[in-house]
Amino acid sequence: MLFGIEWDTSGGWAFAVSILPILLHGLWVTIQATVLGFIIALIFGLVLAALKGAPTRFIAWPAKLVTEFLRDTPLLVQLFFLYYVLPDYGLVFPAFLTGALALGLQYSAYTSEVYRGGLEAVARGQREAARALSLSPTRTFTHIILPQAIPRIVPALGNYLVSIMKDVPVLSVVTVLEMLNVAKIIGDRTFNYLIPLSMVGGLYLIMTLIASYGVRYLDTRLPKHGLPLK
Amino acid sequence: MKDPIIKFDKVTKRFGKVTVLDELDFEVGQGEKVTIIGPSGSGKSTVLRILMTLEKINGGVVYVGGDPLWHERRSGNKLVDAREPHLRRMREQMGMVFQQFNLFPHMSVLRNLTEAPRCVLGLSKQDATARAEELLEMVGLNEHADKFPGQLSGGQQQRVGIARALAMRPKIMLFDEPTSALDPELVGEVLNVIRSIGAKHDLTMLMVTHEMHFARQFSDRVCFFDKGKIKEQGTPEEIFTAPKEERTREFLHAVLNPDE
Repeated sequence: MLFGIEWDTSGGWAFAVSILPILLHGLWVTIQATVLGFIIALIFGLVLAALKGAPTRFIAWPAKLVTEFLRDTPLLVQLFFLYYVLPDYGLVFPAFLTGALALGLQYSAYTSEVYRGGLEAVARGQREAARALSLSPTRTFTHIILPQAIPRIVPALGNYLVSIMKDVPVLSVVTVLEMLNVAKIIGDRTFNYLIPLSMVGGLYLIMTLIASYGVRYLDTRLPKHGLPLK
Repeated sequence: MKDPIIKFDKVTKRFGKVTVLDELDFEVGQGEKVTIIGPSGSGKSTVLRILMTLEKINGGVVYVGGDPLWHERRSGNKLVDAREPHLRRMREQMGMVFQQFNLFPHMSVLRNLTEAPRCVLGLSKQDATARAEELLEMVGLNEHADKFPGQLSGGQQQRVGIARALAMRPKIMLFDEPTSALDPELVGEVLNVIRSIGAKHDLTMLMVTHEMHFARQFSDRVCFFDKGKIKEQGTPEEIFTAPKEERTREFLHAVLNPDE
């Protein structure tokens, strides 16, 4: 029994059907961790991108260092650090929040590069034309640069959403009851790992296929030369 | 010459170790049509880009309409480096047409023309649209107002570029090789538009070009740039029929007889 739901070990199919609602509990946690991690990555990545683009080296350089650190150290190390070290300094978060934070921080390193790449890919001539027309820096950013950068940025960010989802099982090591952890507990108690783990694989495949399709759809729908302004 | 509207006073511009403009002295009178010719790397485009405040200067003073462009006057007429509000004010007197058009690809042709007049000059939507339609009529593109730049030919795009710059009602128009990126058969339509605005407006026009025949018909004065300096300048007649400098002769011979 898990989450108040009994399993039925009388046969393979019956077992699979009975544990599906339990796994869906786990899947719901996986989705929540993915979404929260993604939101953190989107916001903190934007902050990092802005800092890295700062005109003074004293701001840009540390931001670059943080990016490298987040990108080049394993997620598990970062997760353990947040989970086991921060409480020593009085920062105690629930496992779920710590996990989502770790995911978000690591992926912010990637999203920050997506933002920067997307903004820098807008041709220099666009900024020059805006300047020649005396458009303010804010107007230039919001109406010239951003609409042209978004079609490049959004699909790339979408790919990281899929990656985050696939990294959520790492959170199981800090006791988060996401889908893989749930499946493992079912296996531990019933001595049947094959069916729950296969189902986790299948559910993951369905989720990532849906998400990837969504990203591709977005990519085809976004106009290549920028969000149109009539 | 009338009072110069543009004046370069010993202006130096360096990119790293390369000196692009070497203590350049250069003046353009009000309403004058001046063409700059010269080999690539001679600093021709840099002159326009400095005026449009796209490139800073390393020495000297540039005046536009009598006021220093890259400097502000402080007490006792001392010149200090200009800040953004001053640059913005100065920029509004000028419009620029780029070699690569640099239209906003995500905006309709009409929006390309109304964006800056509305945001910078504070025109109402109706006024900006009326102004844009008038200009599109002038460059012969009134039927293309709702299209996007990607749907137009290069020549049409450049005509939009010209109309977009004119929509800000500049006193000075800067043309940076406006036909260099065009297929040969599209050059004429753009040059015709430039010719017609030269005739209609009391505009000061400064153009960098490789179109020697056009330069000859159109300009009041032709300046030959070489190695960051004006090597020779004069009326089109003087430059094209009787250049004094050997370097000018070489250059003109090379561009006018490319297959020799």
